[in-house]
Amino acid sequence: MVPEIGHFAVILALCVAMAQAFFSLVGATRGYVNWMAVSRPSAYILFFLTSFGFCCLVISFLTNDFSVLNVASNSNSQLPWPYRLAASWGSHEGSLLLWVLMLSGWMAAVARFSKGLPNDMLSLILGVMALVAIGFYSFLLLTSNPFDRLLPPAMDGRDLNPLLQDPGMVIHPPMLYMGYVGFSVVFAFAIAALISGRLDTTWARWSRPWTTIAWAFLTIGIALGSWWAYYELGWGGWWFWDPVENASFMPWLCGTALMHSLLVTEKRGSFKVWTVLLAIITFSLSLLGTFLVRSGVLTSVHAFATDPERGVFILGFLVFVVGASLILFAWRAPKVGLGGRFDLVSRESALLANNVLLVVAAASVLLGTLYPLFLDALGLGKISVGPPYFDAVFIPIMAPAMFLMGIGPISRWKKSSVPDLAAKLKWAFVISIISASILPFTMGGWSLFVSFGLLLALWITLAGLVNLWTRLEQMSKGDGRTLWTSLLSLPNSYYGMLCAHLGVAVFVVGVTLVGGYEVEKDVKMSLGNTVTIGDYTIRLDALEELEGPNYTGVEGTMTILVDGEEVDQMFPQKRLYTVQQMAMTEAAIDTGFTRDLYISLGEPLSDGSWVVRVYLKPFVDWIWGGAFLMALGGVLAVSDRRYRKASEVSSSPEEVTTST
Amino acid sequence: MIAQIRIIGLTLLLFGNCSLADEAPSLAKDPILEERVKSISLELRCLVCQNQTIADSNAGLAVDLKNQVRDMLREGMTEKQIKDFMVERYGDFVLYDPPIKGITMVLWAGPLLMLFVAFWFVVRVVRRRSGSFDTQQSSEDVDRARALLKD
Repeated sequence: MVPEIGHFAVILALCVAMAQAFFSLVGATRGYVNWMAVSRPSAYILFFLTSFGFCCLVISFLTNDFSVLNVASNSNSQLPWPYRLAASWGSHEGSLLLWVLMLSGWMAAVARFSKGLPNDMLSLILGVMALVAIGFYSFLLLTSNPFDRLLPPAMDGRDLNPLLQDPGMVIHPPMLYMGYVGFSVVFAFAIAALISGRLDTTWARWSRPWTTIAWAFLTIGIALGSWWAYYELGWGGWWFWDPVENASFMPWLCGTALMHSLLVTEKRGSFKVWTVLLAIITFSLSLLGTFLVRSGVLTSVHAFATDPERGVFILGFLVFVVGASLILFAWRAPKVGLGGRFDLVSRESALLANNVLLVVAAASVLLGTLYPLFLDALGLGKISVGPPYFDAVFIPIMAPAMFLMGIGPISRWKKSSVPDLAAKLKWAFVISIISASILPFTMGGWSLFVSFGLLLALWITLAGLVNLWTRLEQMSKGDGRTLWTSLLSLPNSYYGMLCAHLGVAVFVVGVTLVGGYEVEKDVKMSLGNTVTIGDYTIRLDALEELEGPNYTGVEGTMTILVDGEEVDQMFPQKRLYTVQQMAMTEAAIDTGFTRDLYISLGEPLSDGSWVVRVYLKPFVDWIWGGAFLMALGGVLAVSDRRYRKASEVSSSPEEVTTST
Repeated sequence: MIAQIRIIGLTLLLFGNCSLADEAPSLAKDPILEERVKSISLELRCLVCQNQTIADSNAGLAVDLKNQVRDMLREGMTEKQIKDFMVERYGDFVLYDPPIKGITMVLWAGPLLMLFVAFWFVVRVVRRRSGSFDTQQSSEDVDRARALLKD
């Protein structure tokens, strides 16, 4: 009964979405107040029904109801319950249900937190989101019903893909989807603004926090995925330029551009057209990502679906959404004014250049991801586009963008002077250059790659410090405030910017140092053997049989010695998941602030010894630490006082001059 | 746990005295050669895996190919010769670094082209925006002038 009730709830949700789209959109364009009144409550109902359906699926998974096809294919009675829970969204069908759950959740959030928005604007926004929802609910119900029954029921399930049986994978998809789907909000804001012709500062102001929060979720989601790949796949890579990674990275790049473009639109009224276009592109890339991962056009661990019917449906939906939005854009955008003027040297120019670079980077990633698919589809041959291509293309595009990150925040709106900027930043620049050329020598050898990476990181950090110092100095000159009160009175959004930019620097340090100084050793180890890597000596002390809930395996006991003294023990495992007969490497990782020690068991050899891979990865955790700081910056920015005020007082004129 | 401690004790008893002498043999007999094998295998695709390099993969084919790369390096073949050999056998699909030729022209030239377009776009926008003020101003002036003339 439970799955049928869930199925019914989702069907009802589709009906609600249809009614909502109709009454909200028609009501808002015709000005029927009664019709518009439907939009807010129906968003809550939609969220309730979808949550209800989702709970039904979760119950089926938790109670091991193997008469449900989805459960039988993706779970097992031996699977521990947290993974049975995660298996609810581990499959194609389940992940789509998660998608619509997130979408309805975002809609409910818009309904709840947009009290100050004019009624017709809110109706338009929720109506557009309801249209998107109709697409996804239909897709779910017509091609990927998660509640399908299996007759006769299976005795036991085929188990969840062992790669996904991991705590990181439990929270990675929800975070990622929160980000993906979150961009639907700003997309809906943009479309609503285009329809109503009100592309104004208020629109930008309302869009900004939603964009930032979706972006922060996406950042965390991508970082979790990368971290998972690092410890779960057994060879310690953190980014592979795999198509599914690119699928999440492209919306992130465009979302980053969008956040900055919205800043200009809100503060200066410029870039309106560009901002709307970016909002459309960002959400379209989220949809494209869903298409790539869900249609099975890519062969990769994430692509579970191989059903062409599904691919065609999403592709059709994608074409409809992108096509309709662009037509609307082409029709309405030319009527939008330009906004304030600005000089060649100004914050607007810096942000524009950065925006364009981010978009070119995203477009290049898109090109590299789709190119082999196109060649293959057109029968022109099969090629692979991998890390060598993406590194060669991506780094030169992003490096100038990172250089501009130092200049943009410190330059003035409208007009900045080069001598003034040079006076402020010269020391930051000189110190970065000198430190970046010297530091690599102290770390194990100079290389251009390391030196350049450190230069960018130092530059971003020091320019940020100079920026903070300049602000404080201005404040103390202005009204003689003490350092402490000045620090406290700076807005959260400003600290958010500093924090996120610092995150980029931290990330770059991680990437650079692990790329430059990683040490790897592949050895053949018997009991009692040692392997020395850096300052660490690792001794294999024991190999024992392992009995897990749904796997068997071997666990090694490795003792870590520094200068002959035992400091730690690590336990790498090799598991065999019994249901799917899949071998998995569970690497043992000793995480540290300046380095990770990474041990992974390879294959057993005929003489009883094991192939063991040992890595010393300097500063690798800075990669995810940096991503965390970026997301934290986003959260800080959204926590700014003016947004709380804005939700109480309806669209008040903002203090344009206080720049962020 | 007790068994574990016992085994550790046993190992210590057996091997404890000569821990340094017992450095595990490296799989690579020749580290310099192995460095080269690795740098080449990082650019070769494991054809039976899901988007993995043969350096990262432990699949049978990947191990075979790595051994083959090692043998060919020992025989004195250059990196280019080895890659050519692989392409001849498996096609361009095996290379993660797509070769520059007719069908990959757009792939390689694309980003550069987009960068140029982007640069042109920025220059155009900045020019227009830094100039627009004057034209707006002047048209306002014209309006004002007209209004004055009417009076």
